[in-house]
Amino acid sequence: MDKYVVLKKSDFNGFIKSLSKTQKVMAPVAKGNNNYAFEEVSSGEEISISHIPTILPPKKYFMPQRETILAFSKKEHEWKPILEKEPLVVFGIHTCDLEGIQLLNKVFTTPPQDTNYINRMNDITTIGLECNDYCDEYASCCVMNNHLPNSGYDLFFTELSNDFMVHILTEKGEKITGGTPLFSEAQSAHHKALEQLRSKKKELFKDEVVVQNNELKELFARTVHSAVWEDIQNRCVACGNCTNVCPTCYCFDIKDDINLDLNTGVRIRSWDSCQNETFAKVAGGENFREERGSRQRHRYMRKFNYSIGKFNKYFCTGCGRCSRTCMAKINLKETINSLAGEKK
Amino acid sequence: MTQALLTESGYATQTGKILHTEQMTKLEKFFEISLPGGKDLNHAPGQFVMVSIPGIGEAPISVSSSPTKKASFDLVVRNAGILTGAMHNLEEGDTVGIRGPFGRGIDTNLLKGKDILMVAGGCGFIPMRSLINYVLDNRDNFNSVHVLLGCKTPADRLFLHETANWEKRKDLDFQCTVDKGDAEWKGRVGLITKLIPDVSITPSSTYAVVIGPPIMYKFVIKELLNKNIPDNQIILSLERHMKCGVGKCGHCQINQKYCCQDGPVFTYDELKELNEAI
Ligand SMILES: Cc1cc2nc3c(=O)[nH]c(=O)nc-3n(C[C@H](O)[C@H](O)[C@H](O)COP(=O)(O)OP(=O)(O)OC[C@H]3O[C@@H](n4cnc5c(N)ncnc54)[C@H](O)[C@@H]3O)c2cc1C
Ligand code: FES
Repeated sequence: MDKYVVLKKSDFNGFIKSLSKTQKVMAPVAKGNNNYAFEEVSSGEEISISHIPTILPPKKYFMPQRETILAFSKKEHEWKPILEKEPLVVFGIHTCDLEGIQLLNKVFTTPPQDTNYINRMNDITTIGLECNDYCDEYASCCVMNNHLPNSGYDLFFTELSNDFMVHILTEKGEKITGGTPLFSEAQSAHHKALEQLRSKKKELFKDEVVVQNNELKELFARTVHSAVWEDIQNRCVACGNCTNVCPTCYCFDIKDDINLDLNTGVRIRSWDSCQNETFAKVAGGENFREERGSRQRHRYMRKFNYSIGKFNKYFCTGCGRCSRTCMAKINLKETINSLAGEKK
Repeated sequence: MTQALLTESGYATQTGKILHTEQMTKLEKFFEISLPGGKDLNHAPGQFVMVSIPGIGEAPISVSSSPTKKASFDLVVRNAGILTGAMHNLEEGDTVGIRGPFGRGIDTNLLKGKDILMVAGGCGFIPMRSLINYVLDNRDNFNSVHVLLGCKTPADRLFLHETANWEKRKDLDFQCTVDKGDAEWKGRVGLITKLIPDVSITPSSTYAVVIGPPIMYKFVIKELLNKNIPDNQIILSLERHMKCGVGKCGHCQINQKYCCQDGPVFTYDELKELNEAI
């Protein structure tokens, strides 16, 4: 499916209102101080159409921070796999985060498949929203080729002067636009305006780091022993903020919660961070990434090097969240430039 | 958010019944476990299971029995913390949760017709026992078989009845050394690496299998390479922190490899270029 329709901006509020009557709608909401978060909304007025990346990416709907995977009963010797899910429409996903979702989909659909994730994924409708402008100095979406839509959505909205141009990619998406009279066919003027916007973006989005996309893997492969990691080691406080806000970090922990009856309970999986000191520690006391520098290097390698070996994809979307949130001001673009500045 | 039962899940856990236990050393306890209906575990030597105690958690534990043993399997658990400590309180008739077997084990087909040199240190003997018994149960399929075992002290040795039998066998060269002897110990004292040079094998048709603590690998591999055993015929099993066993949680990751899926058994050839592997 490949079809364009338009929605008048003046109808946007009504569209979200009616959509939220039939389905739960999540969208970016302003939280003050230029912070945004995906939350449940019931009208278009609550939504921030122009927002920098939200504090947490929409990953939280696909892979909840905490999720029950199993229920047990000790007396009955019973173990029952559990699925937690909720049909959702997530509106306002930027192209960087659409890529993040696609990468997570790849991880969890690669055998052995994760049925908890897949069931949830199938019940989420994704509506993308184009970035007409550059969000801030932390973003590197252009070098990661994520500043323009690369599919991975059901519908994709682009804000034009009076309308939203809406790309329908899937049947799920068409169900939404077809379910209301608010959408009309896109005219040639709309297509022209979209084209103009995209060519203007080519001027706006560029040259974020000193290397090209296709040089990144090799750059990280040859800088495993670089002094840059030592510098990072001296600054990192191992708080794990960078991995928590990352749209493609998917490491988790598994823990049991037993009820007060001391008989029944649940097994929970929750986000974990490779930045925690005990993450890779084993029983003999050996820790394969004891130093903070080696843990940061591991994080970077998982985005630019190991992920190519495993999934043939970079796992950085260029959203800039890790740099925006870092208390020690460890900056992804600076790290790349410093590594590139070292002698080959 | 709604909750529903899931018919298919990587976290599905079976109830394993403890048929027999034995305190083997101060820290190590033996468990013989059966699955519902006496179903076979269907594992390969070197594979592991995730063992659960409801409310306490889960831990990766190697299968210690040979695949030739049917209807039940053996685990040996060292008391190293919360879950493993709680396992030490379990007795015959109790149950545990079992997921798996997981991981890539040892491909015994590769070893057919070859000289086999097994080097086990400490806890590494637990999974190695699976391979040793497999090889002994199919003894005609293999050429010369050597087992070198290293323990800290004589009191740390496991499966004494079995090792006493192995010592008597003519078709098996079994040697044990301890780091530190005691009053009764008449065997060898010293590092396991010292035993390697004198083992009589044909390097080009030998598979070496090494399982032990990380520190042992560096020194043992050096000796094996000195003996001219090719990189891709040196087999190692790595221990990593493991939470899921199904290649997702990231705890066990070594570069692009997930130890729980791509390993825990690797060839030296696959690991030698990987940073943080050995
Ligand atoms: C492939 C594999 C095979 C193993 N086989 C055996 C075996 O046959 N017998 C045996 O006794 N032990 C075995 N272990 C080690 C065993 O898994 C750990 O001792 C156990 O996980 C510790 O759990 P705990 O709750 O008792 O410890 P905790 O109280 O949680 O912690 C104690 C120590 O164990 C480490 N640890 C905790 N959880 C894990 C985990 N999930 N994976 C690895 N280390 C962890 C911690 O970092 C800490 O250093 C194996 C480990 C692996 C990876
Ligand atoms: S144990 Fe979870 S990825 Fe290997």
